[in-house]
Amino acid sequence: MEIPYTQQTLPNGLDVLVHEDHGCPIVAVNVWYRVGSKDECPGRTGFAHLFEHLMFEGSQHYDRGYFHPLQEAGALLNGSTSSERTNYWEVVPTNALDLALWMESDRMGYLLPALTPEKFENQRDVVLNERRQSYENRPYGLAGMVNAAALFPSSHPYSWMTIGHVEDLTEATFSDVQEFCQLHYRPNQASLALAGDIDTEHALDLARHYFAGIPAGSQPPELVLESPPESRIEQRLLLADRVELPRLYLSWISPAMFDAGDADLDLLADILSTGKSSRLHRALVRDQRIATEVGAIQSSRQLSSVFQIIATAAPGHNLTELDAAISVELDRLMQDGVTQNELERSRIEFEANFIYSLQHVGGFGGKSDQLNAYNVYTGDPGFITRDLARYQSVTPDSIQRAATRYFGKDRRVALSVVPHDHPDLALRESERAEAK
Amino acid sequence: MSVDRTELPPIGPDPLFTFPRPVKHTLANGLTIWAVEHGAMPVVSACLLLHCGSASDPENHGGLGSLTAALLDEGSGSRSALEVQEALRQIGARFNRHVTADATQLRMTSLSRFTGQALTLLAELGTCPTFDKEQFTRVKQLRLDQLVQARDVPSANANRIMVEALYGDHPYGHNPSGTEASIQTLTRDHVVDFHREFYQPAKATLILVGAMPAEQLLDQSATAFQLWCATPETRTTDLDTRCEAHSEGTQRERLIVMNRPGAPQSELRIGHRGVSRDTPDYHALRVLNMILGGQFVSRLNLNLREDKGYTYGVSTGFTFCRHAGDFMAALSVQTNATSESIREVLKEIGHIRDSHPVSNEELVQAKAALTRGYPRGFETASQVAQGFANSALYQLPDDYFTQVVPSVNLVDLETVRRVAQEYLVPDQLTTVVVGDRDAIATGLTDLQAGELIEIKHEDLISN
Repeated sequence: MEIPYTQQTLPNGLDVLVHEDHGCPIVAVNVWYRVGSKDECPGRTGFAHLFEHLMFEGSQHYDRGYFHPLQEAGALLNGSTSSERTNYWEVVPTNALDLALWMESDRMGYLLPALTPEKFENQRDVVLNERRQSYENRPYGLAGMVNAAALFPSSHPYSWMTIGHVEDLTEATFSDVQEFCQLHYRPNQASLALAGDIDTEHALDLARHYFAGIPAGSQPPELVLESPPESRIEQRLLLADRVELPRLYLSWISPAMFDAGDADLDLLADILSTGKSSRLHRALVRDQRIATEVGAIQSSRQLSSVFQIIATAAPGHNLTELDAAISVELDRLMQDGVTQNELERSRIEFEANFIYSLQHVGGFGGKSDQLNAYNVYTGDPGFITRDLARYQSVTPDSIQRAATRYFGKDRRVALSVVPHDHPDLALRESERAEAK
Repeated sequence: MSVDRTELPPIGPDPLFTFPRPVKHTLANGLTIWAVEHGAMPVVSACLLLHCGSASDPENHGGLGSLTAALLDEGSGSRSALEVQEALRQIGARFNRHVTADATQLRMTSLSRFTGQALTLLAELGTCPTFDKEQFTRVKQLRLDQLVQARDVPSANANRIMVEALYGDHPYGHNPSGTEASIQTLTRDHVVDFHREFYQPAKATLILVGAMPAEQLLDQSATAFQLWCATPETRTTDLDTRCEAHSEGTQRERLIVMNRPGAPQSELRIGHRGVSRDTPDYHALRVLNMILGGQFVSRLNLNLREDKGYTYGVSTGFTFCRHAGDFMAALSVQTNATSESIREVLKEIGHIRDSHPVSNEELVQAKAALTRGYPRGFETASQVAQGFANSALYQLPDDYFTQVVPSVNLVDLETVRRVAQEYLVPDQLTTVVVGDRDAIATGLTDLQAGELIEIKHEDLISN
């Protein structure tokens, strides 16, 4: 499987990738900037994401908001910020490709002249409300923050979430915006992918036309981070929340994206928890009926990944029981490994998921997004072949080795989220924690 | 040539697009199959549409249809529950059930090379589930546990309170998943009877979309579904009659509050009853909704998010079902701006209806957004399958997709202003607030948005 593409790097450093797909008269415009919350410092958390919001507030030559002309052209558009990168995309009818490129290039080159303290204050309020809606007022919503802070030392940018701390957002100033923009939002820090019903040469011409005139910026300083020290002490934490049922989060630091062991743990997560016949679902939800749900995930990131098992207790059960049941399954895994049959099914699952997401030219996970992901993370937009090969080379043995290497109890963070009036449901000997 | 940044580049003529058309076939058992060749990726998406949704749940047994659907992959034909799961896993198939007020959809997506197996499985799950006693007991308990878990989800509470307030004992007056109290009443016999009554070949439509010739899709599905036999009718439940029996009545302005002490935001729903899918004003109402709250640049979102910063976002929507419909605004706002946000929503509804009617510029923008964006809904196999499932459910004409853009374009200023007056009824609006009562009480009283009713957490659990 591949996503055929043509690549050209403009003199200002902007990577342009073009993929033709004539199935539907639409084009995806997708821009990745190599900046995320990993580039923030303690005390300045949440800024990369706040800045993403400002990118939708209008630029010098069209200052009536970013959405208006694009929605009128029939576009779907959005953006997102992660620890690794910030992306922006539009899916437009083919007749609006010029418009989309005009708009994207205007905000890449001319955002600051249109930014005002009023826009900044307004979007800060919006982001604080996003934080309330998606984290503070949502059951279990603060667990991610406690986990991040426990897994990574406070100097490490993975110790906070992309949404940031309230006090940092409150203290962010309009003058921070300029510096951040000039450092990170330059063409040499970006990758532009165009995918859809277009002619490659024409698309490259358009990309040059709209983007070549934007001057390059200086190279941001290389991110120098020591890998987090290998933990040798298990952490057991308790977070009281407005929830009915307690939930257990078990987390381990795991190999970084594309490193040895990453694909193994990806497939292992699937073997453990995808579908009702998966190991953990079967044991906890079906057979023992002590959980309402269980999930496992390898969250791959550039500096370091995290492997997590998350399980919610059924009424009448506590997290010590859940932990014991999960431990039985992990011990069995480390002892006996997985079967060839389980591995094959997970490979098919992975292949199918990949193909399902590549049915879209645009949006999150569509072909344009995937080309940019490979380009930004590996420098090779055609990395798909090597990516899939990683999964082909996984064996039951290599999964067993990865499990044994990474799932030590002394390496884990065990967070219990429990109802306010029932701390007794937590994994025993847990210490109280608070979300910052 | 340098870029002209003095004005936006013009948008060219709309690209031509040929909408997919199905090849239709009816099996001897009465099952209608629609097959569509679509796409280049090796994917096939199937949807078995059954014309029974949560509205078909018997009175006081809300959640029956959804629990029935939840049990389909817990054992069927000769396969045990785990064998079903294994079979799905071996081909990487996605099996999802989607129960709405009007319909149950069983959706199966698989890689093309597994089409035969996927269709065989879909047929087996849909038509011969065993409803094993032990699995029934387990899955029912799991549903109850999930409903317990949802007690603290503000949006789930707000949605439920709103649906019950708007529809009362109308067949649409409950969520498809049911409530703790209604699920408690269900027995295995209920499930078996529901399946026997509604999962009938002559009452279903199978839609298949994928990267292979339609004839081939038809052949494969005929093989898989031909053994599905109609069972004799046990009884006839006339949903039309039941719906008519619950006339809408006059709705009054109400403000329903559920306390969530210490909540940083208030979850809001503001709405009233609307119209069914067959309304001749369907497209005009969609245009109106775009302007009021149906897109980022809508009046409500620009006001409450982009001007005031009270919320991460606000949206409105008209829901058009077979027998009824509603209009609703949904948003979550910071606690100290609760009454102010409600006031603004009510004000905007009043404005677009009366004092600040839709302008020509807004009309042009909204129509363009709807029409120019329309073809992108036909990119993937599952999107196309959903489009046709909708056509089958609401008995839309075969060329419906080609009619949409011209129909939207016909909506003129006079029409959109008329429907705003006709279908937005300020003195019938129900407002639901799930938030910190003590922090917002004074503001809410000052609002004068109708009778103030308080709903307690316990009421939701015991009903």
